[in-house]
Amino acid sequence: MNCNYACGSSEHNIHRRQFLGTLAAGTGAVVGGLGLFAQPAFAEQMAKQQKRMLVINMHGGLSQLESWDPKPGTTTGGPFRAIPTSVPGIHISELLPFTAKQMHHLALVRGLNTKNDDHGKGTYMMLTGRRQTPGQNFPQIGAVVSRALDTPTRSLPGHILITPGGGGGRSADSAYLGPKYASIVLGNGNPPQNTTLPGALTPAAAMQQEELRRLADNRFLSRRRTAQTDAYTQSYEAAQELIRQREAFDLTKESAKDHERYGTHDFGRHCLMARRLLEKGVTFVQISHSNYDTHNENFNFHFEQLGEFDRPFATLIQDLYDRGMLENTLVVVLSEFGRTPNINQYYGRDHWGRAWSVCLGGSGIARGAVIGKTNDKGTEVTEREADAGHLFHTYLKALGLNSKGHFDLGGRQVLMADPAFAPIKELLA
Amino acid sequence: MAIKADPKAAHVAQEFAHDAPLITCRFDPTGRFIFATAEDRSILRWDLASGQKTVFTAHDSWVGALAFTNDGATLISAGYDDQLIWWSATAEKPTPIRKVKAHAGWIRALAVSKDGKLLASGGNDRVVKLWNLPDGAPIREFPGHDRDVYSLLFHPSGQFLLSGDLKGQVHQWEVASGKLTRKFEGKDLHSYNGGQGVDFGGVRSLAFTPDLKQLLAAGLHKASNPLGAVHEPIALRFEWETGKLVKTHVSEDVKQGVLWRTVMHPEGPLIGCSGGGNGGFLLFWAADAEKPFHKFSLGNTAREMDLHPDGIQIATAHYDKKLRLTKLSPKPAAPTAAPAKKG
Repeated sequence: MNCNYACGSSEHNIHRRQFLGTLAAGTGAVVGGLGLFAQPAFAEQMAKQQKRMLVINMHGGLSQLESWDPKPGTTTGGPFRAIPTSVPGIHISELLPFTAKQMHHLALVRGLNTKNDDHGKGTYMMLTGRRQTPGQNFPQIGAVVSRALDTPTRSLPGHILITPGGGGGRSADSAYLGPKYASIVLGNGNPPQNTTLPGALTPAAAMQQEELRRLADNRFLSRRRTAQTDAYTQSYEAAQELIRQREAFDLTKESAKDHERYGTHDFGRHCLMARRLLEKGVTFVQISHSNYDTHNENFNFHFEQLGEFDRPFATLIQDLYDRGMLENTLVVVLSEFGRTPNINQYYGRDHWGRAWSVCLGGSGIARGAVIGKTNDKGTEVTEREADAGHLFHTYLKALGLNSKGHFDLGGRQVLMADPAFAPIKELLA
Repeated sequence: MAIKADPKAAHVAQEFAHDAPLITCRFDPTGRFIFATAEDRSILRWDLASGQKTVFTAHDSWVGALAFTNDGATLISAGYDDQLIWWSATAEKPTPIRKVKAHAGWIRALAVSKDGKLLASGGNDRVVKLWNLPDGAPIREFPGHDRDVYSLLFHPSGQFLLSGDLKGQVHQWEVASGKLTRKFEGKDLHSYNGGQGVDFGGVRSLAFTPDLKQLLAAGLHKASNPLGAVHEPIALRFEWETGKLVKTHVSEDVKQGVLWRTVMHPEGPLIGCSGGGNGGFLLFWAADAEKPFHKFSLGNTAREMDLHPDGIQIATAHYDKKLRLTKLSPKPAAPTAAPAKKG
């Protein structure tokens, strides 16, 4: 998918290897034992208790001054005012009136200094918790969380991205964790590709085809079983499960009232899809909201974009809470960087990684906390400076994981997070 | 008018400086003062004769539009803080006469009827509102825009009010009844960029030709990169009677610009103020020409303009914190140096 940023950098292209082309070649969920977990009541109960993560990626670089760290009445503050929230003493931009009412479920990190103003590097850093270095590739948070938290009995993919556009397919975002934990992309929130039978193929004929494949596989595996052949078989089984559970991605099953509450625009639909997938037990869901790369008319565009973001996001937080899921769902609203305090000649703001903010909530997070501070004009961090590496550790800790722990990959121990950093303890409940 | 305007003789005759980038500007109807607004939330008044600056402060955000009573005695300012504020335009130490919470969100545009009795306002809440200008009493609302209202203009007859929005639509309202009587479709003034997920453009300015036979709606087009300020200025000329688009005015060599405002000069040409990555320009078009017959560089990105009642002076508000006064007349001859006295 090409994400159309303003400044035209080649880094803005999200390179997604269409891994093996179709779902049938790579979901990698574990085979067998799915029957009980496919039963709705049991699955829902398990889903409530399961730790999950939701990331909302504000593509392009959300302005901290028009969102989480407003500076009204200063030379850098711009025209928008700050409004009180449900947590006394915390004010956020007037562009987020619905979110302000959910602040008691949320927390803010206002002292981010990622020392980066590049889209590609910023995205990499925020999603992997590490600096991009030549010759090395690290898994994104969704792959890490999916690898660490997925149960062997999970029947749906553990790592799903909902993008504003694009056709879907698989991403190459799991690095050494392997394709099993790579994300499945729901392009424009549509169900995964290739999960419907071709028109000429009846369900009965498809079942016969599948049985034939199994027979051939089993015959082969009885003599030459390897990790590769297991992965191959798992991919097919997982794809079959995905086809059986296609309804999990069917938003028409949600009520008309919920569609109205979330809004009929793409981002509203994507938030509703995120709720649905989290309820179904998907471990990690990421939504993208595009685009905040507002070098031009920053205030008009933030009015437009955050006007779309605010209500469905707040509705999603409230719904997760009402359904008893927020306690076990870590929510993060992030971006690749913030925007310059300086207002340019086009009423725009440019890239700024030296002093910006993210919003978190849910599982393991101290509700109503504000960690870090910037100076009066928002140009520098003055208290509790944090890096993407600190956030990555915090995410893992908030999900009940040992962020200093490691994965055992074929006998090789690989650290889950950059050892140069540690969790932000004040942010943890 | 004593002097005939000559666009090709345009030159910056005077500059007024402030401490923050400027947003908009208007001459008062008497032509004595130029008012501007700035990113520090202030309203500024400069006496054109003396250059004396007076600062008006009361808004809780930037001020996006200014209007006056016909006698120039009262100023009405429209803020991004939902408020309309009435001021004495000439006071030595100005303080608000009246504050009205008029809209939910930014007020982007104001217009005053020719008889001076009515004030119209519009903005991000997508509603146009009508006020009794002398006392600020609400009269009527005109709901119906799908997106933010960017510009307003009364028909001099007083019968109609026009409002332009982000989607490029101009609504024609019957003032007395509030009825929507017609829409002008300025489709070229709007685009949706699917990759960036943004609507962009809008009717940034409205103007009538002096004979009232044509309506001008201006803004930007060719927005290949809205978030990166890549777009070009454009003005659409509609026939008032039929609503038909009769001419499109562009300026192809201004690759990064928007027409923040257009005004019809009483002597004929359409004047546009363009600002963007290419800088700031005054563009001059003949009625029947697609391309401008003259382009005057202002030296810095311009954000708004106004034409003085004398038809010669144009004020422009700039990002570099200056208000420039451009004259459409030849520069006065430089004084000849007196010959040196001999020993």
